[in-house]
Amino acid sequence: MSKRISVKDLNVFYGDFKAVEDVTLDIAPRSVTAFIGPSGCGKSTFLRTLNRMHEVIPGARVEGDVLLDGDNLYGPGVDPVTVRSRIGMVFQRANPFPTMSIRDNVLAGVKLNNKRISSSDADDLVERSLRGANLWKEVKDRLQKPGSGLSGGQQQRLCIARAIAVEPEVILMDEPCSALDPISTMAIEDLIAELEKDYTVVIVTHNMQQAARVSERTAFFNIAGAGEPGRLIEYSDTTDIFNNPREKSTEDYVSGRFG
Amino acid sequence: MLKVDAKQHQSQLTRNRLPRFALLAVLFPAAIAAAAAATLIGFNVVLWMVFTAVLFVIGAWLITLLVEGSRHAGNRMIRYVVYGAFILALIPLVSVIWTVLERGLPGLTSNFLWTSMSGVTGAVDNRTVAEGTPVLGGAYHAIVGTLQISLVATLISVPIGLMSAIYLVEYGTGGPLSRAITFFVDVMTGIPSIVAGLFAAALFGMVFGPATRTGFVAAVALSVLMIPVVVRSTEEMLRIVPNELREASYALGVRKWRTITKVVIPTAISGIASGVTLAIARVVGETAPILVTAGFATSINWNVFSGWMASLPTFIYYQIRTPTSPTNVEPSDQRAWAAALILILFVMLLNLAARLIARFFAPRTGR
Amino acid sequence: MSTNTLARRGSGRSSDKAFHLATLAAGCLILVVLFSVAAFLLVQSIPAFQAQAEEVTGGAGFWSYIWPIVIGTLIAAAIAMALATPVGIFVALFISHFAPRRLALGFGYLIDLLAAIPSVIYGAWGYIFLAPLLTTAYDWLAANLGWIPVFAGPASQTGRTMLTAGIVLAVMVLPIITALTREIFLQTPKLHEEAALAMGATQWEMIKMAVLPFARPGIISAAMLGLGRALGETMAIALVLSPGALTASLIQSGNQTIAAEIALNFPEAYNLRLSELIAAGLVLFVITLAVNMLARWVISRHKEFSGAN
Repeated sequence: MSKRISVKDLNVFYGDFKAVEDVTLDIAPRSVTAFIGPSGCGKSTFLRTLNRMHEVIPGARVEGDVLLDGDNLYGPGVDPVTVRSRIGMVFQRANPFPTMSIRDNVLAGVKLNNKRISSSDADDLVERSLRGANLWKEVKDRLQKPGSGLSGGQQQRLCIARAIAVEPEVILMDEPCSALDPISTMAIEDLIAELEKDYTVVIVTHNMQQAARVSERTAFFNIAGAGEPGRLIEYSDTTDIFNNPREKSTEDYVSGRFG
Repeated sequence: MLKVDAKQHQSQLTRNRLPRFALLAVLFPAAIAAAAAATLIGFNVVLWMVFTAVLFVIGAWLITLLVEGSRHAGNRMIRYVVYGAFILALIPLVSVIWTVLERGLPGLTSNFLWTSMSGVTGAVDNRTVAEGTPVLGGAYHAIVGTLQISLVATLISVPIGLMSAIYLVEYGTGGPLSRAITFFVDVMTGIPSIVAGLFAAALFGMVFGPATRTGFVAAVALSVLMIPVVVRSTEEMLRIVPNELREASYALGVRKWRTITKVVIPTAISGIASGVTLAIARVVGETAPILVTAGFATSINWNVFSGWMASLPTFIYYQIRTPTSPTNVEPSDQRAWAAALILILFVMLLNLAARLIARFFAPRTGR
Repeated sequence: MSTNTLARRGSGRSSDKAFHLATLAAGCLILVVLFSVAAFLLVQSIPAFQAQAEEVTGGAGFWSYIWPIVIGTLIAAAIAMALATPVGIFVALFISHFAPRRLALGFGYLIDLLAAIPSVIYGAWGYIFLAPLLTTAYDWLAANLGWIPVFAGPASQTGRTMLTAGIVLAVMVLPIITALTREIFLQTPKLHEEAALAMGATQWEMIKMAVLPFARPGIISAAMLGLGRALGETMAIALVLSPGALTASLIQSGNQTIAAEIALNFPEAYNLRLSELIAAGLVLFVITLAVNMLARWVISRHKEFSGAN
């Protein structure tokens, strides 16, 4: 169920301002790809264009193509809602629905779309998703409790479980650990390694060690100066990016000389 | 030796500060002088207290001026003025509530709650006064009318107000239309209630012929007053729902309208419900619009779409202005204040309910 | 493009559209209501403007019928504002800066209670309790300050005068002014306040330096919103005031306001009289509209105070 993403000549605009320029890259299925780069370089914006979540931001628009196994996300007649149910997303801050229990949070994608699901199927789905997010053991006795009662790291894994429950092909993660302590971060990183077996995972991170630990491929984004659009500088195997980058600016960034 | 030293040594930091007893030393002469002044005009307690307060403030200002200087004197003066203003503002509150309780409680009987004014004429009241029997007639019809009119007004206002607020927060992105709606909702909050009543009367008068007066017309008038309140409070509540929740829902492939109805509104529902309750509390006591739209009835009317209808506020108004028996006004007075007590209880209960809803049904958003 | 599996028709897309349109319709309905308020009042009041002068109440045409009660409305509102604005601001200051922190919230609720009491009850209270209470004061004013036109005697023996009505109005407007200004006082940047205190300012000097300049536009708009309420308030006047011709003295019976004029006469009005009263309502609508729009304009010019509304 994992799929390949191909991005061709993608530009992202906020109104008249060009935020990301001319990105072309290929993301392999069943792999973890990390986006790194300094703040404001457009990596989060670019991530959002991979499931059309940028459309939530007023004035944001895209030129170019994003193909999911050959199907263009921006083709005519494509419904962003369909795109999002096939390409899930996990956000910087854990955002479980405060009005729902843990169980209902996991089932949110199914129930909010008013799909009929039998109680036993729902139980299966909840267990499968929570196991997939390494959370089942911790919460199986309190599925009816509100999700907001969990710790930050648990909430983030609940959000991952919620994303998995929709059975997407790709999971996008926008700095999923930036609000977490080191222990919770490790739990999420372990989980990402697990997810790789079934999904295409794309992760934006500020933490270069994290990128080095979890990803096979890394894309480095940079920005020439204030008011300039962000660009994809270098995209290759993670080991190459960190050990012998082709570009000077990549080397400067990964060696901590700026950013 | 030590003790003497302590006495002689005055801290640099407490120099030129008034000791606390100095103010008491001002209060007593002020009270005595005030008593004297009040006696000159004709003594009464209120006058005495007012004079005492004035003289005390002036005296305290003077000695602060002499000891601590003009800056501290000014500060002290303002402090007293501010405290005085607060007490002044509480006087009418206490007085109104006291008046209503004192005059309303004797008339608050089960007979009053469960009978209407049907068949209660001036002659009945005259006999009651002459024979000293309990007052007949009650506000049942008015309570029924108020409940019906408020219910219908709520049924009209809540969907419109709620949907408009959703439009403003979720769909209108600062375009000219949403700016216009926001502006005119603000303007609408300032419409005098009597004008809202006139509008409903004029509207139904043109469509169904002049002098069309029913509970429904009154409900429309109240809706004009209620909608902006509902819009404003709902809007505020929707805006504090974190955007992250909307995004989380979109990222699951949920449609916008389902995101709004299943995620955004449930998260804000306690605030919305509380705002709606306050809006009801605001219109339930409105008198002027009902006066010009629902007419006045002395018997129970269960049909909001036909016939004149009584309500608690208009009942109070007519019982005071045009007593049932012009020669013996006491029974009407008693009925008016008992109705006022019921109305105040209604409003207070609604206010209390609003606060409780907001407190206890709020989702646990703690992270 | 038929091979694009993403382009399959998603379910519920039309309900999304329908919901959007429903909310849009509700929003537009509000605009329609407001404009139809103006339109219906205008249409229904045309006969009063067109009528022969001698047919209108008072026998001298609509404008000479309306202007004394417009003046009366302004007088009542002016009394209310003169009393309520300073007290309201001081009460707001008390709650925001002087009251003990733990009690401030409770005091705020108390003042909000004032706003919760229905206007008809204020009217009844003014009529039965306050008016008789004030007769002695009015006698004294007439005797000692009678040379000032507004206190010219003989004082009303029922106390049902413009001044009483104005006081009742002030009580009703006070919580509005207090609630709005309190919000703004609380928004004063803590840094400014602490900067003033650190310079050795007394509390009042700090308020003069940091709080009041910050809150000025908010105070102005709060007062104007209160004014809008005072202009349109009906029941307090209708019950308290014993109406009559326009007079300068505030302690005699006399004068009338638009809102009370409508409330008192509407139930028995028909034909031209009805149209006159609706025209009076239109005049009131225009006055309050102007005041409110001005207030909103002041607020919107100082967007940072938008927490006030």
